[in-house]
Amino acid sequence: MAITSDRTAHLPEITIPSVGLSGRRLRRTIGRTFTYGALIAWAFVCLFPIFWVVSTSFKVAQDIFQGRILPWLQFQPDWKGWESLGLSPSTIGEPSGNRDFFLKHAMNSVTISLAAAAIATVVGALAAYGLTRFSYRFGPWRNKDISFWFLSQLILPPIALAMPLRVLYRPDGLDLLDTRTGLILIYVIMNLPIVIWIMRDQFGSIPLELEQAALVDGATIWQTFFRIVVPLAGPGFVAAFILALVFCWHEYFFAVVLSGANSPTLPIQLAGQVSSQGIRWWSIAALSTAAIAPLAIIGILLERYIVKGLTAGAVK
Amino acid sequence: MQQALGRGADVAVGGVAPERRARGRALLIAASVIALVVVVLQIAAMIGWDDAPGIASWRTVALAVLGWFIAVDIAVVLMHGVRGESALFLLPALQLTAAFVLFPTVFGLYVAFTNWNLSAEQGRTFNGLDNVRALFRDADFWRSMLNMVYYVIAVLAQYVVAFGLALLLNQDIRGRKFFRVVFLLPFMLSPVAVSFMIGRSILDSQFGPVAQVLGSLGLDNIALWEDPWPARINIMLMDAWYSIPFMMVLLLAALQGIPHEVLESATIDGASGRQTFFHMIFPLMLPVSLTAVVLRIIFELKLIDVVRVVTNGGPGGATDTVTLFIFREGIEKANVGYATALSQFYLICVIVLVTAILAIAGRWVQKFS
Repeated sequence: MAITSDRTAHLPEITIPSVGLSGRRLRRTIGRTFTYGALIAWAFVCLFPIFWVVSTSFKVAQDIFQGRILPWLQFQPDWKGWESLGLSPSTIGEPSGNRDFFLKHAMNSVTISLAAAAIATVVGALAAYGLTRFSYRFGPWRNKDISFWFLSQLILPPIALAMPLRVLYRPDGLDLLDTRTGLILIYVIMNLPIVIWIMRDQFGSIPLELEQAALVDGATIWQTFFRIVVPLAGPGFVAAFILALVFCWHEYFFAVVLSGANSPTLPIQLAGQVSSQGIRWWSIAALSTAAIAPLAIIGILLERYIVKGLTAGAVK
Repeated sequence: MQQALGRGADVAVGGVAPERRARGRALLIAASVIALVVVVLQIAAMIGWDDAPGIASWRTVALAVLGWFIAVDIAVVLMHGVRGESALFLLPALQLTAAFVLFPTVFGLYVAFTNWNLSAEQGRTFNGLDNVRALFRDADFWRSMLNMVYYVIAVLAQYVVAFGLALLLNQDIRGRKFFRVVFLLPFMLSPVAVSFMIGRSILDSQFGPVAQVLGSLGLDNIALWEDPWPARINIMLMDAWYSIPFMMVLLLAALQGIPHEVLESATIDGASGRQTFFHMIFPLMLPVSLTAVVLRIIFELKLIDVVRVVTNGGPGGATDTVTLFIFREGIEKANVGYATALSQFYLICVIVLVTAILAIAGRWVQKFS
């Protein structure tokens, strides 16, 4: 068959046995229908749970027990779920114990996530820069071994760290149990491998000549780093910071092991929803919506950076 | 950069003023002495030496160690000039991980050989290999280990779906940006938040939409959660919902990196779609595929969030993961000694497994390229 100028010609088409005289055209149409169909189907799979969570937050008990799905068509939206959080139009102006409870968890999540992500990004980027630009020797260990030490912590099952820390953090120990500082410290540790992975890739792609020129002109290493390298590595910093933020926001395990009444985060409030009165779906759904909204928005706006972070080093 | 600095670096180190070096050394010695004194006092207080001044606590020790770390950082710069500055990039990360990864793990080795129970009154006593023996006899623990095998195998199925999606997205389609954002969304959402809603609400056996759909197909009263395998598969499905975006992003990026000429030459030579795929695309995608799968397996081995929130390991331990099991032992039952032993054992298993996978994968990639 002659070479066509069609851009899709070289992509592996979903081949379907030739049908009839206009076989090729028909195959192409069937192929593309299948492609779009599959994509839309998966998009539905991705979006339906989100739709369900949001729409359930506007339901009342009987809507749930009758399994209604479509708002306005099958049920009338109601603010009850959001009232229980103190976030509905009628309750938002008034004091609300539930809202304070929610805000405590939310503020903890925000503070801890931002702090841990920021610290991890800074410390990890510095280490990554060192590992890409200098040759270290600590005893028998060189750059390669040091890099391995950091990256291998990705493999570390958190449980292996959580048990000793649960003991160490006690009041007669480090007394970091149920504190934000305690959680921030461990989140920094958990994020370091990923930050170093991403930033190593980022720094590796910056040509050496720029820094060499600066050094020849008499700048110190630190001046060179801050004035020349950091601006160039901006996207990498953003990607690393966002991925660290995502991890901290989602993190449930260490939070539940190491926090109590003072420093609980949103995932803990979510998991604690099952009460003795039974499950109040509308308020759980409202809470879930509030918990997933921030990162969903970040995901939509900053998708490019997230993809950059995820593919760092893995794709040449 | 040592090359960039060339002889200059050596001259700088050799040329650090003696007073500066002396100051650095003095700082280091002072900090070391203070830290050592505090540690000794703390140990003395622990052993019960009543004459020891009662200032020490573990917090004081931690602060003294922190002070020592900072002193080392400063001293290194004072004493070694330019080379010290370059070391300063790496030191904070090393110190943090030494304090929060190395030390707890070593401490954990100690705890693992005691019968420590945090809610018991007697405190801890060394109990030798009792924990290890109990570990090997613990049927529930080994069942959770077996579950991990199932979950890891499920990762391969996730890989196939992710690859398929990446192939679809790589084609010339409209609205690609829309699809990419939508497909990435599951990754951005709190697993605890959504799995609670998916697992308990959408998949609810009575009222959930899935049950309704199944009911309209004539399959009434399907036990979605009461039997082991349906429950496991539901967990795997929810896990897949989160994990597929991650692999898809990696695979799509790699696919987009395949030069068009490579594929065109295959079509020119008359290769069919399937041949092009298996002989050209798949081998080119092998390194990224292995990275994606290995990373996914590593994360899968840590699974706990979804399972704890939806089934808490049930029914009867069928969906239990190792992490959840150890969590129950160590936190809910406060059996910290035994739980630490379990977790150290799991750590060793994971290290062995990942090393083996990487070795096999490395050899496989070499064979293909």
